[in-house]
Amino acid sequence: MKKKQIAKAAPALVILGLLFFWELAVQIAEIPLYVLPAPSDMFRTFGKELPTLLSHGGVTVMEALAGMGISFFLGILIGILIDAMPVFRKCIYPILVVTQTVPVIVLAPIFIIYMGFGYAPKILTVVLMCFFPIVVSFSDGLGEMDQGYLNLVKTYGGSRLQVYRIVKIPAAMISLISGLKVAATYSISGAVVGEWIASQSGLGYYLIRAKNAYMLDKVFACVLMIILLSLMMNGLVKLFGYAVMPDRRHR
Amino acid sequence: MRLEVNHLNFSYTDKEILQDLSFEVKDGEFVSILGPSGCGKSTLLNVLAGILKADSGQIRIDGSPVGGGCGQFAYMPQNDLLFPWKTILDNVCLYGEIHHQKEKMKDAARAQMARFGLEGCEDKYPSELSGGMRQRAAFLRTTLCEAGIYLLDEPFGALDVITRSDMQDWLRTLCDDMKKTTLLVTHDTDEAIYLSDRILIFGAAGEGIRQEISVTEKNRTREWLYEQGGLRARIHRIIKEK
Repeated sequence: MKKKQIAKAAPALVILGLLFFWELAVQIAEIPLYVLPAPSDMFRTFGKELPTLLSHGGVTVMEALAGMGISFFLGILIGILIDAMPVFRKCIYPILVVTQTVPVIVLAPIFIIYMGFGYAPKILTVVLMCFFPIVVSFSDGLGEMDQGYLNLVKTYGGSRLQVYRIVKIPAAMISLISGLKVAATYSISGAVVGEWIASQSGLGYYLIRAKNAYMLDKVFACVLMIILLSLMMNGLVKLFGYAVMPDRRHR
Repeated sequence: MRLEVNHLNFSYTDKEILQDLSFEVKDGEFVSILGPSGCGKSTLLNVLAGILKADSGQIRIDGSPVGGGCGQFAYMPQNDLLFPWKTILDNVCLYGEIHHQKEKMKDAARAQMARFGLEGCEDKYPSELSGGMRQRAAFLRTTLCEAGIYLLDEPFGALDVITRSDMQDWLRTLCDDMKKTTLLVTHDTDEAIYLSDRILIFGAAGEGIRQEISVTEKNRTREWLYEQGGLRARIHRIIKEK
């Protein structure tokens, strides 16, 4: 029983330990705030700046959600096409891989040149980062289905569409959720990168202004906000997973 | 329903699996197929179910020619193949879901739950059931198919010995009640003797039926089965013949 409790508390203890040594190092070495703020500074600034961070965070979350939504629908569509048509797979897969080899930080300014300073280039940056894990995990999930299930539906007179609706798509849900979890974690970072290049609001905009003013406590508070929002997105995907896979609650 | 298989041929990568295979199963008859691994037992069921396409030959039901997968065959594979994300009730109504009569089939399924030992399991998921119960659910799904002929491909192959014998007793009672034309593929000689009216013994791949044995005993019990040493030895000899 005690071992179980220790195992449960271990991750929190490790984080607390790291924060403690970080605080200790900054205090003992008397590192100035503009070089490395102590965790206490970061949390204090986080509390003080919370309304501003929440306001900018709202913009970032909106862009991340829009990008995730587009990535989700595109991922489902392309994933099914990849599974259903081997020729399509051969044509599209190399292009998908290539899109991931070009750094987003290079593409984001190009998007701004083409699409202006509005939300569109930021959302497209999120799509570029999130689409790949979704489509790859979903199409792999569709392809990994036990042939026995497919044969069973066919012997019962099921059409190709029913094979997807009844067997393949529900079976690929676990893989899709895994891809969505990765994408959700990327989504906030993607939006921040887009905002970093050019914007008037959002955490990326806040971050670049704080950095330029050497207010590293604000930079770290913003990073903390980004972490919390990324975890929130991940949690939302987990909830979505429970909603679409009720059987998982029974395992 | 009477099943006739005439001059059926099926080859896979140039190897003849079924060659000029012909046999008949009478209406309500329970026929088992025994034979060495790779002799084409499961292939035959796959052809009848429409999963594989025969190279040539004819399948007739009550005298009328039909194609494989004509909807007259209810196929039960070796694994229960219950969808883990569906409840037992939804799983057994798969045929209804495909043919847009799920709600009607749910009523029929609920009425059969107790008979199949699944009372109270309607809303459970397959992972919550034992191996035997999962097989019973898979069999209920098969019986709800509105098909005239059952194709059972080693349905108890994955179960432990005790559960397996329980399931055989249960299937024997159920088949006596339902009087459905059934074709069972099995590796288990005792299972074939205990359940069948007739046993078809296949030779090696492409050889077809080496011999058929009728089992005439009506009042079969486990004690009766234990006394069938002679029959068991005879079947083994036929299978092992070169």
